[in-house]
Amino acid sequence: MAQHIVLDRVSKRFPPAKRGGEEIVAVDDVSLSIDRGEVFGIIGYSGAGKSTLVRLINQLEPVSSGRITIGDVPITELRGRRLREQQTGIGMIFQRFNLLTSRTVAGNVAYPLEVVGVERAERKRRVAELLEFVGLAGRADAYPEQLSGGQQQRVGIARALATNPQVLLADEATSALDPETTVEVLDLLARVNRELGVTIVVITHEMEVITRIADRVAVMEAGRVVEVGTTYDVFTRPSTPVAKRFVQTVVRALPQGDELEQLRAKHEGRLFTISFTDEGASEARVFSALAKAGIDFNLVHGGVDDIQGRVYGLLTIAVRGDADAIAWALQRVGAGVRVEEQR
Amino acid sequence: MSELAGILPTLLEQTAIMLWIVAVSLVFGGFGGLVIGTGLYVTRRGGILQQPVIWWVLGVLVNTFRPIPFIIFLAAMQPIGRLVVGKGIGTEYAIFAIALAATFGIARIVEQNLVSIPTGVIEAARSTGASPWRIIRTVILPEALGPLVLGYTFAVIAIVDMSAVAGLVGGDGLGNWAITYGYRQFDPLVTWSALLVIVVVVQLIQALGNWLARRIMRR
Ligand SMILES: Nc1ncnc2c1ncn2[C@@H]1O[C@H](COP(=O)(O)OP(=O)(O)OP(=O)(O)O)[C@@H](O)[C@H]1O
Ligand SMILES: [Mg+2]
Repeated sequence: MAQHIVLDRVSKRFPPAKRGGEEIVAVDDVSLSIDRGEVFGIIGYSGAGKSTLVRLINQLEPVSSGRITIGDVPITELRGRRLREQQTGIGMIFQRFNLLTSRTVAGNVAYPLEVVGVERAERKRRVAELLEFVGLAGRADAYPEQLSGGQQQRVGIARALATNPQVLLADEATSALDPETTVEVLDLLARVNRELGVTIVVITHEMEVITRIADRVAVMEAGRVVEVGTTYDVFTRPSTPVAKRFVQTVVRALPQGDELEQLRAKHEGRLFTISFTDEGASEARVFSALAKAGIDFNLVHGGVDDIQGRVYGLLTIAVRGDADAIAWALQRVGAGVRVEEQR
Repeated sequence: MSELAGILPTLLEQTAIMLWIVAVSLVFGGFGGLVIGTGLYVTRRGGILQQPVIWWVLGVLVNTFRPIPFIIFLAAMQPIGRLVVGKGIGTEYAIFAIALAATFGIARIVEQNLVSIPTGVIEAARSTGASPWRIIRTVILPEALGPLVLGYTFAVIAIVDMSAVAGLVGGDGLGNWAITYGYRQFDPLVTWSALLVIVVVVQLIQALGNWLARRIMRR
């Protein structure tokens, strides 16, 4: 797929808050390439630099060093009117929706159209079309405070799409919403991506958001991108401690904390967790291999997750017997299957 | 009763003059205050037209003039009044002095109301590629309109007060009338009827301001 947004060694430094203090490096030498038409996730804890990074992409904030290109436009080189022209081609939605309270729903959606100088009649037609698309056709004359959070975010999405942008930036777009509404809004974003072909960059600290809609994900920590890959790969084979922690927040199949203690108390022997991806050996093959090796095991915990329509299984077994025999058998269970002892 | 009937035409005339002085000073001072107040807001650090030098100059200007008691301000501005309106006394000079004083007072009121706008709304407008000037017109001022109306209501009442003080330099209106006939010629009827009219006018202005602000803020 063609590259759409390219960040080349981008950094953002903020001057120290007080004289003599230390400079804040919010984004530290980040290089990324986001493909046209993909949903790209950026995940990280608070303060990792996610918002700053996304605000560099549409140049709400100038870079300190490095270069960003969108399509073939070097957006970091532009200033004033030329920059603003490019910004009309990048939509953005926010955690707090940021709707104008002085305008109705229709007035909010019309705003970007006024900026680019669309005539009144055409504006009206386009606003109606957009409200229809986000499922708010009847609420054109309502004011933002009369809508629920989910509805307000739909207005935000309609506003962001008004000028037919090719890029949509979503900064924690679902963090202020309850789980059910989050799913609705994410599904709407997925539809924007699918039906309109818009490249979407989603910033979040929730792994659920990533597994639900992102094709690829970058993990950020202290201003740096520490891991990038397809959502499935990062999910099934996280390589950094941060990524592992994010994955654990959504993998219910993995015993953690108290759960692990209880399992240990209840079962004799050692505990191993086997992870299955859809590329490796099946559960059946693994179990028969263990049985053939004469290993006495009990399935004690586990389940299967669905990431972007692909399967990811985690099964924890309690094994009794000779350590060497166990190691040997488990080594041979097959490609694409990982075994980790729970210590 | 006949006494009251005797002063009534003058009372009405002086009330009309006072309202005229208040209205004209409000137009000029209100506009000047809006410009300087908005200027302070957009040029501050992190503002959409961040300009530390202009911000500093505006701040010093406002801080210098605003605290001057109006009665001293009135005397001190006479030379400048002669340059601008050709006189250092009379109604024209009164309007000039009030408008100038109101400009600095209103500037701070405007600035204070603008800083309470959530920055996210401005950020959202910037992300659509809107120019700073457009953001001022279509986001900053409309979003703060309700509180601004209340701020201006407060300012109008201060202007009514100043218009009475301006009677000292011969500006016509209820203040001058009350001082000349009520105070110097010991006519309590004049003093009290002027006072009553001012109280009523102030109440009406406040009620109008409250009503307008409530409508704008939809509550
Ligand atoms: N305008 C600014 N001036 C100074 N420092 C800033 C500014 N914006 C962000 N920072 C700093 O940069 C770092 C990254 O902030 P950023 O908002 O990008 O993090 P984030 O990953 O979006 O976090 P969150 O999940 O809390 O939104 C923080 O240390 C923050 O204090
Ligand atoms: Mg953030």
